[in-house]
Formats: sequence, C-alpha cells, structure tokens
Amino acid sequence: MTHVKAIVLRAAGINCDMETEHAFELAGAEAERVHINRIIEDKSALEKYQIIVIPGGFSYGDDVAAGKILANQIIHHLYEPIQKFIEGGKLVLGICNGFQVLVKAGILPGMDSGGEKGPVTITNNDSGKFEDRWVYLAPQAEKCIFIESGRQIYLPIAHGEGKVVAKDKATLEKLKSDGHIAFKYVDENGNEGDYPVNPNGSVDSIAGLTDATGRVLGLMPHPERYVRATQHPHWSRLVNKRNGDGMTIFVNAVKFVQKNL
Amino acid sequence: MEQWRFEVFNRAWFADVHGNNVLEDIRELGIRSVEAVQSAKVFLIEGSFDKGSAERLGKELLTDTVCEEYYIGRSGKPAGLAKATLIEVHLKSGVTDPVAESVMAAMADMGIAAKSVRTARKYVLLGEVSTKQADIIAKKILANDCIEDVIIGSEAEPPSPHLKPYELKIIYWPVRELDDDGLAALSKEKDLFLNLVEMQAIQKYYRELGREPTDVELESLGQTWSEHCVHKTLRSAVDMSIDGEDIHFENLLKETVFKATQHLAKKWCISVFSDNAGVVEFDEDSAVCFKVETHNRPSALDPYGGSATGIGGVIRDPMGTGLGSRPIANTDIFCFGEPDKKLEDIPKGVLHPRRIMKGVVSGVRDYGNRMGIPTVNGAIYFDDRYLGNPLVYCGNIGLMDKKKCFKNPQSGNLVMVVGGRTGRDGIHGATFSSGEITHEYETIFSHAVQIGNAITEKKMLDVLLQANEANLYEAITDCGAGGLSSAVGEMGEKLGVEVDLEKVPLKYAGLNCAEIWISEAQERMVIAVKLENLEAIKKIFDGENVESTVIGKFTNDKKLVLRYNGQQVAEMDMDFLHDGVPKVRRKAEWKSPKLSEPSIAEKENYNESLLRILSCYNVASKEWVIRQYDHEVQGGSVVKPLMGANNDGPSDAAVVKPKFDSEKGLAISCGMNPLYGDIDPYWMALAGIDEAIRNLVCVGGRADRIALLDNFCWGNCRKPETFGTLVRAAQACYDGAIAFGSPFISGKDSLNNEFSCEDGRQISIPSTLLISAMSIVDDIDKCVTMDAKKAGNFLFAVGETKNELGGSHYYKINGQVGANVPKVDLETAPKIAERIADAIAKGLVVSCHDCSEGGLAVALAEMAFAGGVGIEADLRGLPKSDDCLRTDVQLFGESTSRYILEVEPGNYDAFAKLMLNLPFGQIGKVTEEKKLVIKSEDGRKVIDADIESLKQAWQKPLDW
Repeated sequence: MTHVKAIVLRAAGINCDMETEHAFELAGAEAERVHINRIIEDKSALEKYQIIVIPGGFSYGDDVAAGKILANQIIHHLYEPIQKFIEGGKLVLGICNGFQVLVKAGILPGMDSGGEKGPVTITNNDSGKFEDRWVYLAPQAEKCIFIESGRQIYLPIAHGEGKVVAKDKATLEKLKSDGHIAFKYVDENGNEGDYPVNPNGSVDSIAGLTDATGRVLGLMPHPERYVRATQHPHWSRLVNKRNGDGMTIFVNAVKFVQKNL
Repeated sequence: MEQWRFEVFNRAWFADVHGNNVLEDIRELGIRSVEAVQSAKVFLIEGSFDKGSAERLGKELLTDTVCEEYYIGRSGKPAGLAKATLIEVHLKSGVTDPVAESVMAAMADMGIAAKSVRTARKYVLLGEVSTKQADIIAKKILANDCIEDVIIGSEAEPPSPHLKPYELKIIYWPVRELDDDGLAALSKEKDLFLNLVEMQAIQKYYRELGREPTDVELESLGQTWSEHCVHKTLRSAVDMSIDGEDIHFENLLKETVFKATQHLAKKWCISVFSDNAGVVEFDEDSAVCFKVETHNRPSALDPYGGSATGIGGVIRDPMGTGLGSRPIANTDIFCFGEPDKKLEDIPKGVLHPRRIMKGVVSGVRDYGNRMGIPTVNGAIYFDDRYLGNPLVYCGNIGLMDKKKCFKNPQSGNLVMVVGGRTGRDGIHGATFSSGEITHEYETIFSHAVQIGNAITEKKMLDVLLQANEANLYEAITDCGAGGLSSAVGEMGEKLGVEVDLEKVPLKYAGLNCAEIWISEAQERMVIAVKLENLEAIKKIFDGENVESTVIGKFTNDKKLVLRYNGQQVAEMDMDFLHDGVPKVRRKAEWKSPKLSEPSIAEKENYNESLLRILSCYNVASKEWVIRQYDHEVQGGSVVKPLMGANNDGPSDAAVVKPKFDSEKGLAISCGMNPLYGDIDPYWMALAGIDEAIRNLVCVGGRADRIALLDNFCWGNCRKPETFGTLVRAAQACYDGAIAFGSPFISGKDSLNNEFSCEDGRQISIPSTLLISAMSIVDDIDKCVTMDAKKAGNFLFAVGETKNELGGSHYYKINGQVGANVPKVDLETAPKIAERIADAIAKGLVVSCHDCSEGGLAVALAEMAFAGGVGIEADLRGLPKSDDCLRTDVQLFGESTSRYILEVEPGNYDAFAKLMLNLPFGQIGKVTEEKKLVIKSEDGRKVIDADIESLKQAWQKPLDW
C-alpha cells in the first residue's frame, strides 16, 4: 500500500494548519506543515507528496480580497508545479481560505474558459459579516473523489467572504452540466433554502467546487473541525456518537491515494 | 516617478455589501435623504511603470473581475444622477496600512516595482445631502478622527506620506531648581501623570546625580511609574474606615488577593502574579497561562482599533509568559451604555453606545479571527454609567511546556526586537490610562490610539514558537504599555542593559529618541538571545519574512543606558527606575448605605415579568456577537458558547481540548455583577467569584483545580469613598479564594474611569470587578451542557433560595435596586460546588445550569428553549430559607450558589445520595409539551408560557 504523504501549506495568516494536519493523520496519512517560502525556494519538494492542502485562515490578512495575495503568489511562483501535480493524478484540497485561493488562482473550477482566468469568484457574504455556524451539505459531483456520494454531512463554516458567484449564466450552466459543483448547502432534510440554510448567499447554494478531474476540491466549510464526536454543536444530546462527518473527506483522499498512486 | 490612482467599484449587478452597511448606519443616524451608498477601494501607487503594467495591476491584482471593475484615475461623480456627494477617507500619515504592504509584496511577485502604495476608501452618497450632514456622516460613520483624514467633495489629493528624518537633539528638562508648583506643572505639561511626591523623588535623584534629566529619562520614569505599569493604588498603604471601624493595610494587594494565593499554596500553581500571565499546571508535560487585560480608553476613542489592539495586546501576554506559550483561547467581556439610547442624550465627546458596541465587536472579531485563536467565552453588560467609559476586557489563555515556564536572561545576551516596526502610534498609552476622560479628550489624546495588524502578530507567533521549540532564546516579553521602555527595562531589571535606539526599525522616519523608546506600536516582542544562537534564530525569522533586529545588550552594571548613533541619551539606575517610586498612603472609606426593600405588589401571574427580564440586554442572547467570532478554529472546541437542540442555548462556560492526543480539557468562565456593587461591593465580588466557579462546575470542570483572575475597573480612587468600595471588593476576593480553595493567579486594574461632561457633570462607572476562571476537565466526554435533554427526566435545584432580590433584574425592570443583595454562604457554597462536580464526573447528570441574572425562572426558561422541550416545575420543591415566602422572590431572586440539574430517573437514588445534607430538592421534570409551567407553593400556575415565545423575547433585543 502506498505510504500517503500530505503537505499542509502555511503562509502568513494561514491558521487552520495544525488541525488540518491532525485530520490527515487521523485518516492515516503522514502530514507535514510546510511554509510556502520553502516550496518556492525548492519546487521539487512538492514531488514527495500525493496531497496538497491549502488550509483555512486569513492569508496575508485577506488584503485586497480573500485569498487574493496568496493566489497571486501561487500564480507567479507555483502555478506550473501544481498543474503538474494534478496532471500526475495527485490530489489538491482547499478549505475555506484555501478554497478562495484555489478559485482566485484559477485552479478551480479549472474549466475551459477560453484562456480567461476566473469565470468564478468568491465574495462577501450577503449578510455583510463574518459568521461561525453549522451547515448541512449535500454531495453533488459523483466524480469528486473526496465525496461519499449520497451522504449528507454536517460541518461548521466560519467566514465573511464565502459567496460563490459565476461571471454569467452560461458559466453557471457549465458548472452544473460539467459536474463542477461538489457540495450544496441544504437544510436537515436535504432541501436548498435561504439564509441561514445557505449562509452566505452563494448562487445555486454552492458550498464547494471540484475541477474536471474530480481530484481537486475546494469548499468553504471546515471538515477538519468535525473529526471527533464532541465537536458536534449538540453532541451532548446525541444518542449515537459517531465519528465526525469531516473525516469522510480526509479518509476518501487517503484511500484514493492508497488505491491509485 | 508617477502616481497612479486606481478606483475599484462593485459591478452594478453585485450587491455593494459595504456600501449597504454604511447606508444602514446613515439611516440609524436619522438621515433619510440618502438613497444609496456606493463604496470603492482606492489605491495610490507611486512607481515608474507604464500604462500596460497599470492595466495588468488593475485586472490581475486589484480587482476581482467577476464582481468588480476598476478605473484608473479619478472617476468623479456617477453620470446621470443629479445629486451625489463624494467622500474619501485616507489614513493619517504614519498610520500603518497593512493592505498597502500586501500590495507592495504582490506587485513584486508580478515583477512590477512600486516606490510606495497607499490605500483609501471612497464613498458616493446618492441623494440630497447637506454639507453639515456629509460632515456628520463622515465623522460618525465613515472615519475615525484619531487615525483617518476625510476629504469631502473636493478634488484634493491627500498629503504626501514622506516625512523628514530625525536629527538628534539631547533635551534636558531642568527639575533640580523647580518648586512644587513647577514640578506639578512639568508633570502636566509632559503628560507624565506623576504626582508631586513622585516628581519630588525624581528631583531628589537628579540633585544627587548633580545633573538634569534628559527627556528620554523622564519619559521612561513616567511610563515605568505609571498606574498602568506599577498599580500604585492597589499596592498602596491604605487607611480604611468601615462604618467607623479602622483597618490598615501596608500593601492592599499583597494583604488581600495575593495573600489568599500564598495561604492556599497550591502545588499546581507554577508562576503567579510575577510574569505576564499566571501559570498553572495542565498535565504532566504542559502548563496553561491566563491573562485578562482592559483596553477601555482606547476603545472609547476608537472602538474598532481600541478593541482590536486590546485583544492583540493580551494575546502577546501569554506569548511572552515564561519562555512563551501558544495561545489557545480568547475571552471578551464588555460593558456599554444601553444601545437604544437617543442620540441627543449622549454627552458631547462620546460615541453612541451602539456604535461603540459594533466597533468593539468588529475589532475583536477581526483581530481574534485573523490570529486563529477561538474566542470562546465572554459577557456583555449594559448600564448607562458606562456611556463615557465603556469597558473592554480581553483575555487570552496559552498552552506551554511545563519545563519552560521561567525566563533566564543573562548578561551578555543580545536584546532583539521581533515583529512589527515602531511608529508614533500609541505614545503615552500607559500614562494616559491614568487620567480621567473629558469631553475634549478625543483631540488631546488621539496619538494614544494604537493601530493593530493581526497578520504581523500571527507571523511573529509562528516563528517564535519554532524558536522556542529549538531553545534559541533565553527570555521573552511583549512590548505592551510603555513599549520598549517597559519590555527591555523589565527584562534587564536585575542585570542592566544598553540599547542603541537608532537600530530600532521604524515605520517611517522622524521619530525622536523618546518616541522610539516609549512608543506602544503593536506586534512587537523582545527576546534575549545568546550570540551563538543569533544565526540560527535569524534563519527562522527571515525564512517567514519576520523582521528581527538586535538593538542592544544585557550588561551587569544594573544601569539602563540608551544611545543614539553612539551618543548617550539616557543613563539611569535600574533600582531607581523600578523601585524608586514612592509608596503611596491613601485613605479609604466605606459607609453601609441606608437602603430599603421596595414594596411591589404580588401578582397572579409572572409571565410578563419573565418575558421582560429575558429581554433585558444583560440577559438577552448574545448570538449576534458570538457568531461573528470564530469559536472553533484550532479544532479544540468541546462546549461551545452556544449549544442545544438548535445550537443556540447559552452555555455556562466554554470547554476546549488543547491537545490533540489527550482527552483532558480546560473549562473557561467569568462572573461579574456590577448591579450588586451598588448595594455592597463586598457581596458583589463574592457573587462574581461564586458565579465564575458555578459556571465552571456546570460544564464539568473540577472544583479543586479552579484558578481565578481579578480585573478591577473602578471610578476615581483618589476619592476615599470610591477607593473604599475597591477595598471592600479586595477583602471579598481574599475571603472567597480561601473558602473555595481557588487561588488568584493574575490580575489587573483600570482606575479613574470617570467622564467629565461639558457641563461639569461627572459620570463614574459602577464598581466593576470581573472574575475570570479556569479549571481542568479530566475527561471531555463527561462534559455537560445546559440544554434540557429529554422528557421524563427529573429536575433538581441545589442551593438555597433566600429573600434576596437586591440588585436583581426583577427589581431593575421595576425601577428599583433594593437592599437584600445576594450573600454567598462561604461555608456551604464550596461544598455544593464540589458535590456537583462529583455528580457530573460520575455521569449522574445530563444537563446543568446555574441560576444567575433573572433567577430560577430565567434558568428554567433557558434550559427548556435551548433543549426544545418543556419543563414543569413546582416551587414547593425549591430549597429555601424561612423568610423566602413571596413567589416573586422564589422565581426571580438571584441568591448565589444555586444549580439546576437534570437527572435520568434511573440515577435518582445515586444522585440524591450524593446531595445528602445539602439544600436540595426536586423541583420538577422535563416534559414533551413545549411549555414552561411553574406552580407556586399554593398550586397556582404563576408561569405558563410556550418556549417559543420565551425564546423570542430572549433572542430579539440584540438580533441586529
């Protein structure tokens, strides 16, 4: 079986790196937190990993716009190595700020848009403020290897800029038809709805996106914050305390690598 | 060199969230004529690049092309609309602009060089706006005078940011020949806030030295001897008269709060009242440290910046405790005027409490969230006496290696400053916290406001943790109040230190020596480094773009020597600097007030009273605030601030699990009740201690491992009657700590919180003691939350309800204060806490909630609606004193040391056995039907309400 190695990228203002590393370790991977400067110095360092994770936080203070400065850094220093990484059948995961970075760097949704970067973006919540609350997520794209199809999961969000928007109708249609939508915000019964079911006003309740390969996932909710039963917001009422829903994403990633790489 | 101007607007079809928020605020001001607000980001970039590069910058970096568009140059007024007012807000020169720094770095990545970048915000107000209204909008909503300049309508560009460099001038301030009036005048003129006796001590020192002090020396003394840094009042000798009986303290703090800790001598206390935070044992390998600070004055002037630097500053305390800790949780407790106050009732020079609250919450949110530290516990109190002096308490807890709880700086070590650069911000913050606020304060002390940048602090934290792990430094402390003067001065207190001030990296040119030395610029830490470790530690710092600079050396002559380009600008004895402050002797007085109980007619039904109390701002849900704080980052949350069937019930305390590989947790809580202080601050303090402890016990914290922190915020303690109330509270701290076996490990005070209105009226805050507390949870799986769980379970009340409505919320809604303040029974209270902790540890309890504001009725209502279930209770089962006869006293009395517990039928016997000999009784059960029903002793339904209406009453007031 392949020895699974995940690199958790750090940068100024990234702050969910420790719990993300922990989640991957719980899932059976060897995870390592590495500052982006080390990778820019030696791009080949990426080669020993099968999973790249950009965790949550406020990279560079979210100055200009959320994830923008780190995305700019990736575009100018790491775009090609990351493309090569994906083409090699490996996995990329962006959580919250990491999702914003992947979108702003044009890695997600990674669809053919005539050479133009950024037909999709992530912007201010309709509520106009940062919010920490729990949401239900319904999986969509079957091809996304991180997803357990059919299993609705419950995770916390914590962001002020999580509203996914597409440039125009055609882009949105393409996101749907090409299976780029990974997760949607739903209520307990699986139905889409207004705030707070859809906590930020994302179009089509989009909570996460995947690329054409299904091996890149970005999502606003935090799977690494629900990896043990007692992280659930009313765990003390639950009769059956099962493992955190967030683990499905990490376990699926590790299993995929073990099986395919 | 060209200056490029970029304006970035939202595309027409995208909601302008920021503009809409501004519009809402304008409407709140009562200005209805503004129809819409457009906001834009402005970038002013100096550089020698061409139009093509400028377009690239606009498209690739500054604009999100899906929802924004940019304009190079000045866009002017929007076409087609008759009325539009332009307002631009620029940072004052010298104010840190973090966005500009990020843009500079990103431009370098793109290969476009910039000489300087500045950012601004632009607003287009559409509709009829008079010049006066524009001015009001700019001042009250858009900009803060302390840090920002406003340009209304005109085409003027902001002033150039370039400043002239500083040329050394050594200034002597003659003191040796001054008479007493002259000394007092000098202290006032230089904002030293030193009293005559202190000025005389300085005069004597320099007479003996045979020279005059330099400006840098006097400024250092002003900082080091400030109330903020040495707590002169709390450490003073006190002649106290309590109702005519005299008591004397040689050192108030040492003989009350601190004495309790010494008497208790708990083995698990590692370092108390000596370092930046109090340190206690967590487990075999780790310790935790806790510190709570206040940042009241800065938050009154600039709520956003003041509270942000408040939390930013207190985070650096655990970071600078021992050899440094990793921050794992924040706490925040605020006191404001009531937020629905009419604009015309706000005194001149004061911001509206709603604006203060919004600003303070945003400041804590943005700084705490960016640091990646969960904000897990807090409280908000409203009282109009906080109008001129809002209180902002910020706390932080850090986890550290038990073997690294002490510093060890040695002579020969290098003095290194790490993190942010030094600017003119925050000058005189420490001395300024010693005076009283007046309506002109804003203009006089605007320079005392500090500007925070969380990412600078986060970067610094990341590298310091690595350096700590690699054992690369010998001592660490933060630059807080008093800046380098305090940090370097304290670290070198036992050694001596020399510093070359020109080496300190500056944000901009032009700072003089004294400014460099006392600036309270944020995000800086000082460490002591051995020469042989310099290269290794530099590598870590440089590797993550954190600036670090050697600025001096620790010596062994016990002198403070400061130089600028080789020229000496100060030389003082450490002994004089740190121990030379003359001891103060103060008078204090307490006369028990003559108060009486009001007569309020009893009622048939108390639904309305309950609804009104649930809607009191102090009791009402704080969800609007809590959800803006990231309370789950780091993945350690166990008991979150909101729990229950719909994740919206008010937890008594927070529990976090700080280590991934251990099931041990840390419970964190607070207690405070300023209303009781209006009757007797002694009982107020004990009620605060009891409340903080109850809260910990409720969630499963151990009763024998509780550590306490005190934060005194008081009025003018130069008045004996005000100081007397503080002495009363301090005495209670001793008694409470001893009774519960819970030592104080750290504390802080903020005195003279009085506001002088323009008409000469003085508003003093109520005596406000915050007790923060933490305890160990042995197994987080055993934690309990406050939401009622399941129909059929029994409800017990433990602790006696007495005839104690004084200072209660029931009296408050009836416009009364009363006399019968809740009194903690120091004999029984600790036993109850122990026994309940035991019952929870044994797994006999499924929910637990304490009775505090609003008493039993509020506690039961909260348990019911948080659980989405009903409760039927019967006051016959309530354990009560003989004189507790009235139904309203039983429902709403706020007697301390009371808990409501939910127990499954199968555990009835085991639980009852454990409670034997304590005042306890079965008061009811959890029901299917979603109603709260409480029956009086004679069997009447005195409360009968559906839980939805109760919840709404509780949620609505602060659902902004």
